[in-house]
Amino acid sequence: MLTVLIVIVASLALALPLARWLHVVASGAPSPLDRLFDPLDAGIHRLIGWDRAAPMGWRLWARWILTTNVVLGAAIYLIFLAQGALPLNPDGVKGMDWELALHTAASFITNTNQQHYSGQAQLSYLGQLAAVVTAQVVTPAVGLAAMFAALRGLVGGAEGRRTDALGDTDLGSYPNDLVRSITRVLLPLATIWALALTSQGVPSTLHGAVVATPIDAAAGLTEQVIPVGPVAAMVAIKQLGTNGGGWYGPNSAVPLENPTPLSNILELIAIVLLPLACALLIGRMTDRGLGRVAVASMLILAVALCAPVVWLELGANPALAGLGAAGPNWEGKELRLGVESTGLWATLTTMTSNGSVNGMHDSLAPLSGLFPLIGMFINSAFGGVGVGVINLIVYLVLAVFVAGLLIGRTPELLGRKVEVKEVRVAALASLLIPVCVLVPTALSFDLGLANTSNPGPHGLSQVLYEYASAAANNGSGFEGLGDGTPWWNLTCAAVLVLARFIPILAPLAIVGRLATKSAAPRTAGTLSVGSGAFLATLLGVIVTLQLLTYVPALALGPVAEHLAVRSDLSPAVEAK
Amino acid sequence: MSAPSLFNAEIVQQGLRASVEGLHPRRLAKSPVMFTVGVGAALCGIFALRDAQRGQPWGDDAAIALILLLTVQLATFAEGLAEARGRAQASALRATRSDTIARRLTASGDEEPVPSTSLRPGDRVIVSAGEVIPGDGEVVRGTATVDESAITGESAPVLREAGTDRSGVTGGTRVLSDEIELTITAQPGDSFLDRMIKLVEGAERQPTPNEVALGTLLAALTLVFLIVCATLPSLAAAVGASIDHSTLVALFVCLVPTTIGGLLPAIGIAGMDRALRANVLAKSGRAIEIAGDIDLMLLDKTGTITLGARQARQLIALGGVSDARLRQAATLASLEDPTPEGRSIVALAGEGVTAAAGAIFVPFSASTRMSGVDLPDGRRIRKGAVSAVSAWIEAQGGASSGAELTRLVEEIARRGGTPLVVAEGPNALGVIALVDVLKPGMKERFARLRAMGIQTIMVTGDNPLTAAAIATEAGVDGFIAEATPEDKLQRVRDEQRAGKLVAMTGDGTNDAPALAQADLGLAMNAGTQAAKEAANLIDLDSDPTKLAQVVEIGKQLLSTRGALTTFSLANDVAKYFVLLPAMFAVSLPGLDALNVLDLSSPRTAIYAALLFNALILPALVPLALRGVALRAETAEARLTRSLVVYGGGGLIAPFVGIKLLDLGLSALGLS
Repeated sequence: MLTVLIVIVASLALALPLARWLHVVASGAPSPLDRLFDPLDAGIHRLIGWDRAAPMGWRLWARWILTTNVVLGAAIYLIFLAQGALPLNPDGVKGMDWELALHTAASFITNTNQQHYSGQAQLSYLGQLAAVVTAQVVTPAVGLAAMFAALRGLVGGAEGRRTDALGDTDLGSYPNDLVRSITRVLLPLATIWALALTSQGVPSTLHGAVVATPIDAAAGLTEQVIPVGPVAAMVAIKQLGTNGGGWYGPNSAVPLENPTPLSNILELIAIVLLPLACALLIGRMTDRGLGRVAVASMLILAVALCAPVVWLELGANPALAGLGAAGPNWEGKELRLGVESTGLWATLTTMTSNGSVNGMHDSLAPLSGLFPLIGMFINSAFGGVGVGVINLIVYLVLAVFVAGLLIGRTPELLGRKVEVKEVRVAALASLLIPVCVLVPTALSFDLGLANTSNPGPHGLSQVLYEYASAAANNGSGFEGLGDGTPWWNLTCAAVLVLARFIPILAPLAIVGRLATKSAAPRTAGTLSVGSGAFLATLLGVIVTLQLLTYVPALALGPVAEHLAVRSDLSPAVEAK
Repeated sequence: MSAPSLFNAEIVQQGLRASVEGLHPRRLAKSPVMFTVGVGAALCGIFALRDAQRGQPWGDDAAIALILLLTVQLATFAEGLAEARGRAQASALRATRSDTIARRLTASGDEEPVPSTSLRPGDRVIVSAGEVIPGDGEVVRGTATVDESAITGESAPVLREAGTDRSGVTGGTRVLSDEIELTITAQPGDSFLDRMIKLVEGAERQPTPNEVALGTLLAALTLVFLIVCATLPSLAAAVGASIDHSTLVALFVCLVPTTIGGLLPAIGIAGMDRALRANVLAKSGRAIEIAGDIDLMLLDKTGTITLGARQARQLIALGGVSDARLRQAATLASLEDPTPEGRSIVALAGEGVTAAAGAIFVPFSASTRMSGVDLPDGRRIRKGAVSAVSAWIEAQGGASSGAELTRLVEEIARRGGTPLVVAEGPNALGVIALVDVLKPGMKERFARLRAMGIQTIMVTGDNPLTAAAIATEAGVDGFIAEATPEDKLQRVRDEQRAGKLVAMTGDGTNDAPALAQADLGLAMNAGTQAAKEAANLIDLDSDPTKLAQVVEIGKQLLSTRGALTTFSLANDVAKYFVLLPAMFAVSLPGLDALNVLDLSSPRTAIYAALLFNALILPALVPLALRGVALRAETAEARLTRSLVVYGGGGLIAPFVGIKLLDLGLSALGLS
């Protein structure tokens, strides 16, 4: 419990100043650090030839986001294909199959880091550093930049109220926001975390694998090859940028990624730090009341998701009842990290779109598995860096729509009318994730391609989890799934890309339209989005929407498994 | 116009007929939600036939198909009922539009009798006392009292006068006195009445933007549930469970928002209908919804905040003139002044004063702006506007501009009143102070509007001092004094630029630009044709504070939709608890833990949920047609209350309803 408390207090204490810093980065307000960063930024822009002064409306933003991601994605894809023949490959790793390379590229370009390969064995140092780490730095920056644009749009556009070449209201400059997010937020934070983790013993080297001779050769292992590398740098950015993809396959459960209690705490804090700071930025960039409600809604959901998991994991494993092995559910957990910390990690990593793990989600108590799934469906209880806030905008539009109708006024968000077009885009956006999760899950079973390790409800949970993880751009796996097949690679790649870019572009389209409207002044008749009543509406909309969409799937998966394990009656329950 | 009761036999009958006609696929396709229910009914029918052919039990499939058909029918019945009520209103209106013979003026100035239906805009007709006005038009000559009770229900006759802001007349109303000449302004079949009849009948009703937005959301939800239900058999198969097809259709229909989807058209029609019952003609449903969003209202002072006419409040005699003498002179001079001002002078000062026989009265006229009397004893008394009476005094050889008179006149003006001068021959006797009289209840109305978040701005031609005095007394939020038409238009534009939605009331031709510019223009039916064309609402009672009522109707319209949407979605939570355990009772008995209602059997559970889903429609029809109750409260308070009542109620109601239906069904031996 001490870990849980330290993580909560430290995250909040660090997120508050970080939110202030994000505001400086977004607004371009002068700061003492400009002397350090300005020349760096200018150099990057000169190098690439970007015009960072031009106004950009939502359509230009959409174009820029897609273009830069396609270019980066293609480069990463080619590296994965060709890494066998490229330098920085001391361990002689081969190039990937095209469909695995496609999935892996899609996975990293979408800030997901879903891995259908095992990190250390199938990626060269070039693949890890040039492809994976680049994406791990750039994709959260894309999220931050898009969030800045979205928040500017909520208050009528960037300062100066210019219009761009297409006549759209200026939402700020994408190149400017992107570069500033990288140089002023992600790189400095990652450096600090990398150094701290190195101090805890996480490898930080460019030498090849270490070969060890086991003391006891009875297991038939005469020597053990231990891959190392610049692990600390990657773990830092994987945690901070809600990336999740580790250097090693088992992620932060491996002692080399997460050696000490302190490294565990540092990594836990890093999971929520930026998402929390993003949430706190809403109030700074738009409206204090809206910020309060947004943060409150996220905190309430976070507590509602975390608390049951920690509690359930501390409970006894019913499968071991009567075997004299009472006590918490230790299956799939690191003894050195503890049950609470794994329960907390499992929930935080799923609701923030991070996806790193320090234990195996497959082994969570059946009902515990429910909450990571719900966290991913909501994907806005903090959510990913930048994108959690962007996802919230869709919920906000739906909530003001319902609230507006209830109070008898055309719905408005911060004074700007929410009309047919905005509702249409929000409706389509909220339709996307159910399609991305439920349809491929059903098809996997229909076509017999699911390849699960367990029949019955647990197998359903595995498949559901994999697509939910892809659709939430989360990246964690329930594991136990033979997911290295073309079916899994290709369907997940499609879900990854759709569920990354449409949920970013749709809210930008919404705020782009809102920004062109003039804001009505607040009167006694307008609903304050900072009120408790609106908070209740927002939570009601989020929860009801998810419940109505996923209750049948959850009932057949985790809930059915839980009931079966509890009553031990159903023949469908499998021995794990 | 009398309000028809919510339900009467004829309306219900018409609604039933419409509910059958509404089953036509083309009608159904207008509502995606009900369309999917219709498709579900058809599917279950096909399942029943298939099973019957295979010799399997088909009763449950057929029963589900029938319940779904009933659901669709109940929804179309609600719409039909609302339309029937609208039609009843419309036929009441139509009755006033009886065909008459009009006296049309030919080019040579002769009269020719023609049927009123052949009148075209621009035709000139003469209407005398006792005749029915043959069509919408504008008085171009003469003044008349008109009985408009046929359209307003108000029995007191109203004055219609050429060249004023009260020159508009409506076809079907009756001239009571005098004779007027009018220009016809509407094509036959295209009068306001005609257009309104079409709107309330629903034939030309366009969904409002808010309605379209809600429809979009409901369609998206329907799609979500379609995906949920379409993928469910595969997920069930993955855990070794199977689902009966009809049961799956039943789940889908229970989940899609049939309650709001089915009642949505009825709510819209009922809103128009409520406006009409408040004697407001809306040119579109949108106008009523905009009313709910108004931030600021510009109100004409005259006739809105104050009674149209000024009232005599005080008589002030000049030095050397006795009060009694002034009183007598003022009364005598006003006896033949039928204007409200004149009558108020007689009421204030006229006790016991009678004119001697043989007195010759000089009636008030708008051109002389004086009235008076020439008495047999040679005294000539006049009272009237300061300038008019001063000119008359000078013409009698007197001196008009005594210092004392000037001082009194200015003092009255400064206090917000209007001075009149009384003179006898060449001598001024004193002044009469006329003041604007506030209509009763104004302060409360403005306070109510303020509570709703609507600011009121008084527009007046008075000087700023007078305007400020009246504004304070009436409790409005601001005023525009010495307002010209350009000022009004400018103010509307300025407020709109500040992001406000502006409503404006007006009746004069010079109000038309501002009425057109305002987001919501409310014209008085008595107003000029130009004003009525520019506005999007017309008040048959010519009562400008009617806007407050329209605002409430607009808010109520949206609130009703929001309430039923919330209710409808909250219902789904309970339905899951009922249907999921029922669907998997055989293959996943463990899920019976979710059967919190302890329903007697899976079969009755499914029937109970479906029946609840269907029967909730007629149960909510009265709410849809009447609208939810609105209280004067803040937006937050209203939101909280609505969430508790319709969200909380929506969560609980189906649990109770389904349990009761289940008990009933199992009592019938269906389990």
